[in-house]
Amino acid sequence: MSLLKVENLSKHFGSLVAVNDVSMTVQSGELRAVIGPNGAGKTTFFNMISGFLTQSSGRIVFDGEDVSALPATQRVWRGISRTFQITEVFPELSVGENLRIPVEVASGYRLSPWLSRGGEVEVRDRVAELLEMGGLTAKAGRLVGELSHGDQRATEIMMALALKPRLLLLDEPTAGMGDQETYDITKLIRRLHKDHSLTIVLIEHDMRVIFHLADRITVLAEGTMLAEGTPDEIANSEVVQAAYLGKAAA
Amino acid sequence: MQPADFTKQAPNIVVWALLLTMPFWLSHVGGYTELGSQVVVLGLAALGLNFLLGYTGVLSFGHAAYFGLGAYGAGMTLRYLLPSTGMGIIIGTLIGTIAGAIIGPLIIRLRGVYFAMVTIAFGQVFYFIAFRWSSVTGGDDGLTGWTRLPLHLGFTTIDIQNNPVAFYYFVLVMFAIAVGIMAWLLRSPFGRTLIAIRENERRSRFLGIPIDQHIWISWVISCAVVSLAGALFALLNNFVDPRALYWTQSGDFVIMAVLGGMRSFWGPLIGAAIYVVLRDYLSSMTENWESFIGLFFVLVVLFFPRGVLGIITRKVKS
Repeated sequence: MSLLKVENLSKHFGSLVAVNDVSMTVQSGELRAVIGPNGAGKTTFFNMISGFLTQSSGRIVFDGEDVSALPATQRVWRGISRTFQITEVFPELSVGENLRIPVEVASGYRLSPWLSRGGEVEVRDRVAELLEMGGLTAKAGRLVGELSHGDQRATEIMMALALKPRLLLLDEPTAGMGDQETYDITKLIRRLHKDHSLTIVLIEHDMRVIFHLADRITVLAEGTMLAEGTPDEIANSEVVQAAYLGKAAA
Repeated sequence: MQPADFTKQAPNIVVWALLLTMPFWLSHVGGYTELGSQVVVLGLAALGLNFLLGYTGVLSFGHAAYFGLGAYGAGMTLRYLLPSTGMGIIIGTLIGTIAGAIIGPLIIRLRGVYFAMVTIAFGQVFYFIAFRWSSVTGGDDGLTGWTRLPLHLGFTTIDIQNNPVAFYYFVLVMFAIAVGIMAWLLRSPFGRTLIAIRENERRSRFLGIPIDQHIWISWVISCAVVSLAGALFALLNNFVDPRALYWTQSGDFVIMAVLGGMRSFWGPLIGAAIYVVLRDYLSSMTENWESFIGLFFVLVVLFFPRGVLGIITRKVKS
């Protein structure tokens, strides 16, 4: 069953065409990687799916519903959750507080002037569960701004997960990380995907990460879709190699 | 009590102890009861502004509008409608709150300096109405011919009209209710969404928090508290004039909040106390007292960007 269906999506910034007529279908439970050289329009593509940008034309269908015109918040409520290329967290709050806020929102408490005892227990348990899953339990009381890049990224992913999404969009989850951190984050993403059969679409540059994780790969170049297929098909595609080598030569 | 709890509660205990005993020691340090009432009333306004500024991250430069509406609402109720101090407060607060609730949706989509500018503009509208419509508001001369009245509670009567100490405690009760509600809200799930918006609006939006709705609610709560402070301000002076609505009054509230420390809950109250005391002291010596307050403000902002209370909390932590 397809969970996300993107139909002929385009985005123009003035005369610049950032994304040009891209279509993509993601099955429920799939992990899809979107790759492409810098400036291929990957992030713009993501921004349109999550509602951060409005498309110039095309349609986004999520779980059978056209969400193209919905504001970002309402897409979150329907189950589309995302992280950003540059980590977006609450740096001056503790890790626990960073997770507590989305947990309360997801539990429908965002307008509550108080929490019942039962609600408090429910929220605490869920926060503890997320801390555990993200390997952050020992750092729960630390300010996120004081943590390593990898831990900040893990916090951001767990915040997105706290919303109980049906589709998780990760924009370059391993960007700017060392080998160990990349390995840890990859393991985390893999676990979320396998253990919770979460549908994930991620943008990534690190080929090891992509080939380790992705069920299918979509290749964008200069705003258009170049190829789509399994990791093996993409690795052997001449079109894709040409696009990457062409970039490297230039 | 655990030591950690105690350090957390210590500021609250100190502030409430000082407020509760103020009429007994204020005269010994050169003050007088009305000065204490001024600190509490303007402190309430600054704390109300800071609900929006310090805890939601939205700067309003037009809160005098709601302060003034509360003041005129209370004054005009007593002058024209009915002789009841309680009704004056209720009607004044309601008028300010409703005005805030209506204006809110028109402006909350704006951010930063644009938001601040538009709040000033709306504030000035009310100022000019009060200034020009002299047959009703008294215009530039202010609204006179009324006074606060004793409180009739059925079983007893409290003479807040002639007894300044009774009036001080009456104001303190109103202050405690409003401040208690704000403190309660800030510790609730809703309060945490406001802090989330202050910390990172983009992240908050993508956590499913409808930013405009939450800012609007914060704005209305803030306007309500400032309107209440305005109503009490009118009762304190038995007088209202258009300066209560003027944009410099809005600026004074911002100064109090920043001076005291907008990231600490009690900061704005400390700021208001410093402002009121400095004004009282300096204005008896020089006509240019505002320049000295301005200079003091600039020095604090330059050297202690977290305000006066920020210095103290940093000392305690280190």
